[in-house]
Amino acid sequence: MTPYVPGASPVHRCPPGHKILGLVAAGTVLFALPRLGLALAALGLAGLLYGVAGIPARLVLAQLRPLAWILAILVLVQLALDGWLAGLMVAARLAALVLLAGLVTLTTRSADLIEALQRGLAWLRFLGVNPAKVGLAIALTLRFIPVLAAITAEVREAQRARGLERSLVALTVPVVVRMLKMSDDIAAAIDARSYDPDGTGH
Amino acid sequence: MSTRDIVFVALFAALTAALGLFPPVTLPVVGVPITAQSMGVMLAGALAGSMRGGAALALFVVLVCAGLPLMAGGRGGLGIVMGPGGGFVLMWPVAAFVIGYLYERSLRTLTVWKEVLILVASGVVLTYAVGIPWIAAVARIDLAKAAIGSAWFLPGDAVKVVLVVLIARAVRRAYPTLQAR
Repeated sequence: MTPYVPGASPVHRCPPGHKILGLVAAGTVLFALPRLGLALAALGLAGLLYGVAGIPARLVLAQLRPLAWILAILVLVQLALDGWLAGLMVAARLAALVLLAGLVTLTTRSADLIEALQRGLAWLRFLGVNPAKVGLAIALTLRFIPVLAAITAEVREAQRARGLERSLVALTVPVVVRMLKMSDDIAAAIDARSYDPDGTGH
Repeated sequence: MSTRDIVFVALFAALTAALGLFPPVTLPVVGVPITAQSMGVMLAGALAGSMRGGAALALFVVLVCAGLPLMAGGRGGLGIVMGPGGGFVLMWPVAAFVIGYLYERSLRTLTVWKEVLILVASGVVLTYAVGIPWIAAVARIDLAKAAIGSAWFLPGDAVKVVLVVLIARAVRRAYPTLQAR
């Protein structure tokens, strides 16, 4: 996951809800209107905002590195089918969206992001879903991803000692069982601290 | 939902995200990547059940739409849903729910072949029923071309179904989590 880079720039101080809405709007506009000029403008805007937020160039490149292959393939396919302008448009659009999404996570503390998402999902209450529970689920999900990665690394080491490092089943089953056990402990720990999102008092 | 259910929902949403760490392979023509993440869908249904599995994948899709880079290759944002693979992604919560429902219904009488049938019917056929017309509409190609292009997914899907059956059987024996309906 993208780390948070502390700062006091206008991008950092912009309310997280506005940042998410801006991201959603950018994605919608770029996909609804596939124009090269628009995609390049979005890319330029992303660059400008990174400059305003004072994010080091090293982190900007780190955002784009996992995309390199997908970008290359997309560009090649578009080149073969629609010519180089379409290829450039698709690449610029994808790069712009990934950079903008990265900017939101780089300049927003995850607690603030979760709080904004929870407020944005307040309408779920009318469907009988408690937004506070959704907020808890979001927070737990973001926490579980690095934990899962760590457990997987541990189990892989243990299975390598048994010569089982090539078996996906021998890797996944212990990871899932450990996570399930851990989930029960976490649920018990949350309940033990009187977590009561419904406010029923019991 | 109890606290335990919420933690389970988060766990399977995170598992689906973690499966995205395997690098995706993008299909030519249709432009949809093959990822290990559809295994997360099947595992969520088979191990967490209908409500929790469906909720886990719904949560995952919401987080992706909000722009978090949880899809394979670090992708995220509404662009995913509006792109060629959007139909598949939107069907994930539905598929996880249906898989979970069928597992709960037949929990006492599950055989290997029944599990394969459930996973193929809901994890593959049901998802493709929406995914293929979606590709055709977004990429502006005809339905037949989209279907042939998507046929490249099938070998990967077969491997994923076999893996999920093996994993789900072993996990169920070690740590049962489903309740029969």
